[in-house]
Amino acid sequence: MRVRVPEEGPHRATYMRVEHRLLALAFGGIPLAMAQTNNSVENMFKPVSTPAQHIVDVSILVLAICAVIFLIVGGLLAYTLVRYRRRSVTDEHEPAQVYGSNQIEIAWTVLPIIVVLVLTMATARVISAIQNRANPADALQVTVVGHQWWWEFRYPGLGIVTANELHVPASTATIQKLTFLKLQSADVAHSFWVPRLAGKTDVIPGRVNTMWLEPKQTGTYLGNCAEYCGTQHANMLLRVIVHTPEEFEQWAAQQKTAAVVDPQVQNGRALFLSLSCVNCHTVSGTTAAGTFGPDLSHLMGRETLASGAIPNGVTNLRSWIQDPQAIKPGNLMPNMQLNDKELDQVVAYLGSLK
Amino acid sequence: MSSIATTPNIEWKMPDRGRVGVICLITTETALFTIFVVAYLFYIGKSLTGPYPKDVLEFPVWATIALLSSSLTVFMAEHSVKHGRMGAFKLWLGVTILLGAEFLRQTGIEWYQLIEHDHLTITTNLFGTTFYSLVGLHASHVTIGLILLLLTFLISLGGGMKSQARRFEFLSWYWHFVDAIWIVVFTVVYIVGR
Amino acid sequence: MATADYPLEQPHRATKEFSLPSVLHEWIVTVDHKKLGIMYIVASLFFFVVAGLMAAVMRAQLAIPNNTLVPPEVFNRLFTMHGTSMVFLVGMPFLAGLANYLVPLMIGARDMAFPRLNAFGFWIFLFGGCLLYFSYIAGEGLAGHGSAPDVGWFAYSPLTERAFSRGSSTDYWTLSILVAGIGSLASAINVIATVFTMRAKGMTLLRMPLFVWLLLVVSGMILIVMPPLSAAQIMLLLDRYLGAHFFDTQAGGSAVLWQHFFWIFGHPEVYVLILPGFACASEIIPVFSRKPMFGRAAMIGATVSIAFLSLGVWAHHMFAVGMSARSNMFFAASTMMVGVPTGIKIFNWLGTMYGGKIRFDTPMLWCIGFLFQFLIAGLTGVMLAVAPFDWQLTDSYFVVAHFHYVLLGGLLFTYFGAIYYWFPKATGRMLSEKLGKWHFWLLVIGFHLTFDTLHFPGLLGMPRRIYTYPTGRGWDTLNLVASIGVVFQAAAILCFVWNIVQALRKGKEAGDDPWDAWTLEWATTSPPPEYNFVTIPEIRSSRPLWDRKHPEDPDWKYE
Ligand code: HEA
Ligand code: HEA
Ligand code: HEC
Ligand code: CUA
Ligand SMILES: [Cu+2]
Repeated sequence: MRVRVPEEGPHRATYMRVEHRLLALAFGGIPLAMAQTNNSVENMFKPVSTPAQHIVDVSILVLAICAVIFLIVGGLLAYTLVRYRRRSVTDEHEPAQVYGSNQIEIAWTVLPIIVVLVLTMATARVISAIQNRANPADALQVTVVGHQWWWEFRYPGLGIVTANELHVPASTATIQKLTFLKLQSADVAHSFWVPRLAGKTDVIPGRVNTMWLEPKQTGTYLGNCAEYCGTQHANMLLRVIVHTPEEFEQWAAQQKTAAVVDPQVQNGRALFLSLSCVNCHTVSGTTAAGTFGPDLSHLMGRETLASGAIPNGVTNLRSWIQDPQAIKPGNLMPNMQLNDKELDQVVAYLGSLK
Repeated sequence: MSSIATTPNIEWKMPDRGRVGVICLITTETALFTIFVVAYLFYIGKSLTGPYPKDVLEFPVWATIALLSSSLTVFMAEHSVKHGRMGAFKLWLGVTILLGAEFLRQTGIEWYQLIEHDHLTITTNLFGTTFYSLVGLHASHVTIGLILLLLTFLISLGGGMKSQARRFEFLSWYWHFVDAIWIVVFTVVYIVGR
Repeated sequence: MATADYPLEQPHRATKEFSLPSVLHEWIVTVDHKKLGIMYIVASLFFFVVAGLMAAVMRAQLAIPNNTLVPPEVFNRLFTMHGTSMVFLVGMPFLAGLANYLVPLMIGARDMAFPRLNAFGFWIFLFGGCLLYFSYIAGEGLAGHGSAPDVGWFAYSPLTERAFSRGSSTDYWTLSILVAGIGSLASAINVIATVFTMRAKGMTLLRMPLFVWLLLVVSGMILIVMPPLSAAQIMLLLDRYLGAHFFDTQAGGSAVLWQHFFWIFGHPEVYVLILPGFACASEIIPVFSRKPMFGRAAMIGATVSIAFLSLGVWAHHMFAVGMSARSNMFFAASTMMVGVPTGIKIFNWLGTMYGGKIRFDTPMLWCIGFLFQFLIAGLTGVMLAVAPFDWQLTDSYFVVAHFHYVLLGGLLFTYFGAIYYWFPKATGRMLSEKLGKWHFWLLVIGFHLTFDTLHFPGLLGMPRRIYTYPTGRGWDTLNLVASIGVVFQAAAILCFVWNIVQALRKGKEAGDDPWDAWTLEWATTSPPPEYNFVTIPEIRSSRPLWDRKHPEDPDWKYE
């Protein structure tokens, strides 16, 4: 069996860390700590959002009931096997031939029915608690568009368009802040899943689904596309960054501004706009208005590239643009065949888009 | 085994295996049509572009009369072959075949109209998609039935059908089934769908 | 004794001289239900090994994070082919094989109702199977895209539409399954006709062995649930070849409709797969507990109600597609309800063993493993049935663990039990108990290493159908352990293959009735003659051979 861990390339952990220090030096903006906790364990039993909490509540009940059933039935089975095993190989005597008993049949029909009724009621309660939640006027409205194989996030109320990393405010004791997601797909079926925030909801073309979050704790929460959607389904990762309401306001304000124009990277900018990148990518305030790929206006504000395939940073950005297919085989961004000089310039420009 | 002696010749009759087989066949066929009908109903009024059913569909009166009456004639044919009246059998069988053919001809005309004049093909819109597949699925069943009827007719010309009353019964069941399906298709496509 | 209208001397085959071509020819042209049954089962085991090896490759790829053993597109083909093969080319033919071989023997018939249709069914199934694998060499298609299908075993639209799946790989999936489905229908019709029209004198419906009852129900289900899949597949073909729009979301087609059609087939299908397993358990457990089946009538009733209930639960595979709260509640409730009749079955098997004298021969071991594992599998099923819980679990590795528990820990275990139980009847030779126990324990260890473990990555957010995963999300160790389990499973399968080979070469003579059993198949020779029975004993109860062995207190006194 041939198993290689890639020695070089963006996957390698140590490489990432080196690269993060670089990044931290280059753009002091992103806190080192966050950059280093690139991954975390997303246990569905550690909810930080109301719907996820509801789910855990009912799950515990189900687990408990099933555990009891297992202990009883499994115990009976074990007991029977030991107690009624044939004691000696020579024993040819047939045991008493019993054909059944109606009372017993009725008993073990009725009891399970009761269990099922209990479970059904508990289930129904949680279903309506989650699905029938009204969408208050002051809730944050976000439109999520699934693409092969990345996420687009639109904030119609705020006029923000971004990708792969969803920023939402936390709900505090004083002010309750809900986020309602409108889920749409640009191509095939996907599924939006961030275990610690909520259960999944499919993202289906020709159909609008909704779900809501009420994060109670700031931090970064990871998720995945959970419906098989083609070659790179595995690398259609999600991250939700929960801010305090204040932080969120700042973030939103910063995102609303048009992409920075840094004179130092003028020719990089010119080159980028002259390339066919603009057919697929948007950079606000420029002629680049493509929508086939992620919006790059505030690219460097993201922790990762290519929906979580690699950590963000100049080095990775360069290797991505140099050959996207090497990093995310089969993804829909072609290798643009840029030479080193062009690469440096384009990367320099994109690197300036905070 | 003393017990055996007590029951040497109890009644022991089993149903005809062919009958069971045909019933099974008809059951699955029904399930198949059900799904296509569901798909049709589901897509009623969901076409993004025209032409729409109300613009282009006319009641296939003749086709319906032809097919439904063929149910009657096939029954007569079955009746005659049971009583060994081969002449009558050939007659009724022939009439059935003609009626079936007439039905297909009508369908052909209808489709020609739709394609040539109304420019409705299976690719035009959801109406086209569901219409041609449901009606087409039924028509294909009529065709199969027709072929079998023709074969029986040829055999009967050779005088080979005399002993085959039982077999013909199955064929006539199938034909009745195809008729019944048409009633459903007709209702769904030309009444509900319009 | 009602003597048969057949000569009493042994089958002429015994005297015929042996030559490979003549034997091959004999097997290819045969319409004998026993030969066809064996062919079905051999084909099924062959595809099992192939699909199993694919699984082994998948586990190797997933053993460590960021692994590059296989590229994404290859991995996607692997799980599609693995899943499709296991369901349609392993599960279905095995049940057809059992039905073909055993039903006529158990009801004292001399063949199936439609022997030629039967042979047709087998060959068309085999053709379908080969067609599916042919895609590996021919799937390139005109556009030069894809090889084997890579859309997953339930091929959700619109991923299967031309726009997203070019080339012809998806068409190979569609056509081969369509064709194999015709085979299943053929054998289903055959079983039903045989059971209703060819039972031996005195074999009333209520005296039929439970095995026959369950296969009758399964066949009935196949008649009703196969067509929805075929219909949907025909629509898909129309979309891909004639430009229809059934599932074309650009033109207003519905992606969800495909899901409904598929699962209207797909869920009952899983019971179609497991009921034959129940059928085997219902024959083996009584014999090795030395007691009649506890609550026969209840077992029959439970089976029938499972069949009916299973038609109304399909959308529990779709809790996350955004159905109304009301539909989610309905399907959650109906799904849990299925647990009740299934429970009745488990309890009745328990009741059969309770108070018996349990013999731990290999066939019984498999059934005991089945009981424990299916209990757990069913309970994880109930967790999935709780819609909100499912919003977290669906399409995660928890689901993968659930259905391997039912299919491998449940279905496959009973099937291995069935092989150890009826192999002597079919070949006249015993399988080695020693190798059998190795086979059993290795598979138990491997199975639990792999699939107990796989529940947890699901709870930690690991989706299914991913060709690789990043490190640091708590999935690494669990996946490694799961992959190690496969080594044991593979070893177990090798023991099994070796056991068969050995038994065929020099297994010890079985005799007519090695297990001291009670159903009709043990009343004839091993292997049975072409016409099955020289004389068919009069049937007066559900255990004719018990009556014969214990004339002092026969069953018919009580039934
Ligand atoms: C042999 C096949 C088989 C069997 C028998 C079952 C049995 C059951 N399955 Fe499973 N299932 C599959 C094969 C099977 N399943 C497959 C292949 C998939 C995945 C398909 C895919 O996505 O690829 C799947 C997926 C699946 C899902 C969808 C998961 C998802 O994708 O989101 C659900 C959800 O409800 C489910 C539920 C159940 C239930 C409730 C049962 C019940 O029948 C279990 C009943 C048994 C018991 C409950 C235990 C014994 C009972 C008692 C001891 C009585 C007391 C208990 C109670 C009253 C609760 N299954
Ligand atoms: C009957 C059904 C069945 C069975 C028995 C199995 C058996 C196994 N399955 Fe499978 N599986 C499915 C049905 C089944 N599976 C289905 C329906 C899916 C869903 C597919 C989809 O998502 O579309 C699936 C998906 C699936 C996945 C998820 C893939 C993904 O989502 O990314 C995985 C991953 O671990 C897996 C693993 C295994 C393993 C390790 C076995 C092991 O038990 C295999 C053991 C067998 C072997 C290891 C082979 C041994 C053979 C030899 C050693 C050779 C012998 C030598 C000679 C004969 C010469 N299966
Ligand atoms: C044919 C369309 C297309 C062209 C042309 C294209 N891209 Fe992309 N680009 C994409 C797609 C699609 C993605 C998302 C890939 C993924 O994550 O699966 C992407 C992703 C990216 C990303 C990562 C964005 C993020 O948020 O992670 C960057 C940076 C990028 N492209 C830069 C460029 C540059 C620079 C060029 C030109 C030299 C370019 N792209 C040309 C389609 C394109
Ligand atoms: Cu998107 Cu999977
Ligand atoms: Cu199901």
